[in-house]
Parts: sequence; structure tokens; C-alpha cells
Amino acid sequence: MVNPIKEELNVQASNPLPADTVGWTVPHRARLADVNNPLPLDCGEEITPVEVEYETYGKLNEARNNAILILHALSGDAHAAGRSAKADELNRPWQKNRPGWWDRMIGPGKSFDTNKYFVICSNILGSCYGTTGPSSANPETGQPYGLAFPVVTVGDWVRLQERLISHLGIKRLRAVAGGSLGGQQALEWALAYPGRVESAIVIASSTRLSAQGLAFNAVARHAVTTDPNFQEGNYYHDAAPDRGLAAARMLAHITYLSEISMSRKFGRKYRNGDGPGFHLGVDFEVEGYLQHQGNSFVDRFDANSYLYITRAMDYYDASSWGDGDIDQACRRIESRVLLVSFSSDWLYPPEQMKELAIALSRCRKHVSYANIQSSYGHDAFLLEVEKLSQLVRGFLKVRGVE
Amino acid sequence: MTRKRRSRFDHDVICGLVNEGSSVLDLGCGNGELLIKLIESKNVHGLGIEKDIDQVAKTITKGVPVLHMDLDEGLTGLPDSSFDFVILEKTLQAVKKPLFVLDEMLRVGGSGIVSFPNFGYRQVVDSLVTTGRMPVTSTLPYQWYDTPNIHLFTANDFLDWTRANHVTVEHGLFWVDEAIIPFEEGDASEASEVLFVVKRFDAHIENLPEGRLEAK
Repeated sequence: MVNPIKEELNVQASNPLPADTVGWTVPHRARLADVNNPLPLDCGEEITPVEVEYETYGKLNEARNNAILILHALSGDAHAAGRSAKADELNRPWQKNRPGWWDRMIGPGKSFDTNKYFVICSNILGSCYGTTGPSSANPETGQPYGLAFPVVTVGDWVRLQERLISHLGIKRLRAVAGGSLGGQQALEWALAYPGRVESAIVIASSTRLSAQGLAFNAVARHAVTTDPNFQEGNYYHDAAPDRGLAAARMLAHITYLSEISMSRKFGRKYRNGDGPGFHLGVDFEVEGYLQHQGNSFVDRFDANSYLYITRAMDYYDASSWGDGDIDQACRRIESRVLLVSFSSDWLYPPEQMKELAIALSRCRKHVSYANIQSSYGHDAFLLEVEKLSQLVRGFLKVRGVE
Repeated sequence: MTRKRRSRFDHDVICGLVNEGSSVLDLGCGNGELLIKLIESKNVHGLGIEKDIDQVAKTITKGVPVLHMDLDEGLTGLPDSSFDFVILEKTLQAVKKPLFVLDEMLRVGGSGIVSFPNFGYRQVVDSLVTTGRMPVTSTLPYQWYDTPNIHLFTANDFLDWTRANHVTVEHGLFWVDEAIIPFEEGDASEASEVLFVVKRFDAHIENLPEGRLEAK
């Protein structure tokens, strides 16, 4: 049994952060699959070895019943809260001086209160942030896997997370929680391990991606794979397919915003002056924003990982637990469930969440559903913290950990 | 204060009407106070539906399952006769489509429990006539411009609806000076608030043996 918090306390104690933060954090690594214990995947293949990167905040109590697993979205990582103490060492300059992606939700006195709960966030299989993925060395060749990496699924991710939880000596999680693709992992946890999850918090998500969502992912992958630098995924020793990946990210960013948030933020404003510059380059504010998002993404994300993770997102369908019938699938669930959608989210629209809420109600499950009014679109799950906190806090408070 | 007291009084009455261990859907459940009472005292399987997110949040904090939905959009997805009781406690007068909501209530529930302020109550009517202004009373504490009560109807109006829609009234109760009295149609002007337990008449017919159905 590791003691993941000990190290954190010693790190950069001289550099104090606000009182409501978990402080300086360090990622941990665990080898959760090896030749003797490979990880079987939904695609029929096995993968070994598997290293997993994760962070933890707060303390696991003696009864080991106060653990909450946080699940990250598409391009997220294990660094969910606090400040990374190893951003330089890990060559992740974008993490420097920036709090973790859900820092406003995780910390002392926050929704996921680290005074009460032991919060874990692990990085998904196929990622490029410390968990085995396409950029990791293939043990058969010694070279990065590239497209030789097996196709992974949300189910595979959750099975790997289950190994992590067992590795940490936790039998039953107090809660699983995530937004977007993280919400689908939370739902998958409740379906795959009903006895091991007391409550599931599924935010800005759904049982499966719509055809429209599949279409966006298809275009994103097309942009990556047709970049001249892509080289069938074997670009690790050369220039990366940055233009394709940037285009994919620009497209994705459009799906994360809403018409109203984009209009409020940029409108039809020009970057220079009041009128058109009469050129085909970046002229509108919104173009500049998308280009910035695209360009900064290529500095921090692996194109192959993007292909694999969007594919896992495409394939996810919670109803597969019920042979295509969502009610049959929902009957498996034993945990209390909180579902939260956002009114202007068109990637995972409220209507889909409401359908899941009603399916769970039909199965007499303990489910609560709330749709938060927001103009932020899909990104609202990272921005509407006040309302979300109120719901999550209230939901977790019931039968709180002493 | 008076209003609060009344509200709890109302909840006690509803608790008395609901069977132990039954399933209950509370339409417009507010902060979940009635449902938690039913869950704790009658061990019911409860679900709330509420349109105000702050009330939804309060209900969640009580540990009561609740869906953030607008009743005027119906209960699509909830199967016919899937709850023993569906409750509309002081909610009907605040919805946009009361008849649609009543239909949905009777579709989803075995019995419907409907309570509402009676706008035919003598004091309310007198106040309107004598002051020439919309009445503001302890049970109707709102001004005309901020009232959530957008459909004003009386106990007798409601009974007319039951007769026209094959709905049986199983119980009728009304409140006089904090006493509960069985409701008689002639008492309508004495009732500040009323409560009816209703059932779809068709449901009875369907349950009859085939021979009797044909005879009818």
C-alpha cells in the first residue's frame, strides 16, 4: 500500500498557495498490468505492461470508505487539483502556474472536500500523460506503439481504474464523478461495478454520443490522419502532424461553446481595427481564439492519443450492458446517481441526460437530475462551478462520511 | 407562520392517505419536505419532479430523488400506472396546462392526490367583491403580479372536471379553522383549501370481468 500524500506534503512547502487548495501535487505511477497479469481489452487483444499515472488529494481514512474517483474528459489528465510540483521535471510547461482542471471543485471545504474525502484522479489508457498510450514504447519493438496500439474503450479504462482502486486498497468508492467523457466513465463505473460504487455523479454527458457528435469526431480524425506529417502514426522521430491536430482541436472547441457564448465572447469583432483586412488569414477575433486553442493544444497533446480517445468516445454506449436496451442496463445500477446537464450544451444535450434520468426512474433507481441554465455550452461543466457545487455538495452530504 | 403550520398539517393528511411501502410521485415537490416525510414515515419509494433548480438542490440535499423537469412538458417516458400515488400538492393552480398535467397524473398513477387553494372560498370572494382588488390572504399571500397561481379555479370547478373526464373522487377533504372535514359540494364556499383523491373511472371498467363490461 502506497502512501501517496506523504511526498506531496514535503514538496515546495516554501511556496504557499491559498488555503482552499490541495497545494502542490505530484503524480504517482503504478504498474497495473504486466506479463503475468495482462489487461484484457474489449477489442479482444491484451496489453502489457500498463503504467498508470494518478494523483490523490486528502487522506484515505482507516475504514477506507471515503475515496472519490474523479474521471477526466477527452484531453484531461490526472492533475485535477492544486499546482503540479513536477511540471518542469515532466516537461509539461503548460501545467506551470496553472491549477488542476477541476481545482474549483476539489479542495478543503470545496464540493469534493479533501478534509473529508480521499480524492483520486487517474489518467486514462491511451493518453499521453503518463498512462500507457500510443506514444509509449511497444515492448515488442522498443519503439512507440503508434497505430499498433490496440483500440481501447471506456470499458477498458474503467477496468484499469478498478485495478488502481484495488491497488490502493479500496473496495468501495464513496463516489465516482466526471464531466463529458469523464461522465461516461462515471456511468460505466456504476454499470460495471455496481457493488463498488456508492454514488455516481455524471455531468454534461450521456449514455452515448449522438450521430452529430460522431460526425465531429470523424472530421477531427480526418484532419489528423491526412496531415502530411502523420506518416501512419509513426511520426515520433520526425515532425508531428500539428496542423491536423490543431484543426481537430479547433473543431472540437466549436462544439464546446454555444452560439450565445461565442457571440458574447467574440461577436463579429475584427482583431485589427473596425473593418475587414481583405486577406484570408486570421482576421476575426473568433478565428484568433480557435487558432490559439489549436496551436497551444499541439504543444501538449499527442495526435495518436487524440485518435484513440475520440474513438473510445464514439464507441461508448451504456445500453450495451442491456443488449441495446437502456432500461435493462440501468437495472444493474445499485448506486445513487446524480445527473447534471447544461441548457446550452449541444454536444451532450440536456434532453439525452433527461432520457437517462427517466430510464433510471423507470427502473426505480435512486436518481436525481438537474439541468443548469447556462450560456457556456458544453464547457459549462468547468465554468458553472457555483451551481454545480451546490448540487454535488448536497448529493454527497447524504450519509456523509464521519 | 400560519401558512407554515397549515402546510405541515396538509402533509400529515397526505401521509395518512398513502399506503405503507407504496410508490409515490410528487409533482412540483418543492424542497422535498413532503417526500422525505413519506419516505421516513411510510417507507415509500418516492420520486419528486420540480421545475425550480434551487428547490431541486434542496430536495437532493434531503436525499430524495428528484428530476428537474417542467410538468407542462408532461411525464413522457414514465410508464402508465407506474406509481401507486401521484401527488399534486398546491401545484395544479401554478401550471400552464392544468388539464394536460391532470391527464398525465392519472396516466402515470393509480390514484391522484390533488390539493389546491379554493378560489370559491367565501372570504376570498368577499374580499374581491368588497375591496375590488385581488384577494391577499394567509393561504394566498401573493399580489396579482407575483403570484405563481396562474389558473384560478374552485373546488366545484374541479369536481366538474372529474365528472366530465371519467374521474372518480374517492375522498374529498377540506380545511375549516385547521380542522379536516369530509368535503360536500354544498360546503364549497367554506373551504379555504381542498384535497381530493381521484382515480380514472376507465381504470375501474378495465378491471371488471369481461361479461360485465359487455353488459355495460
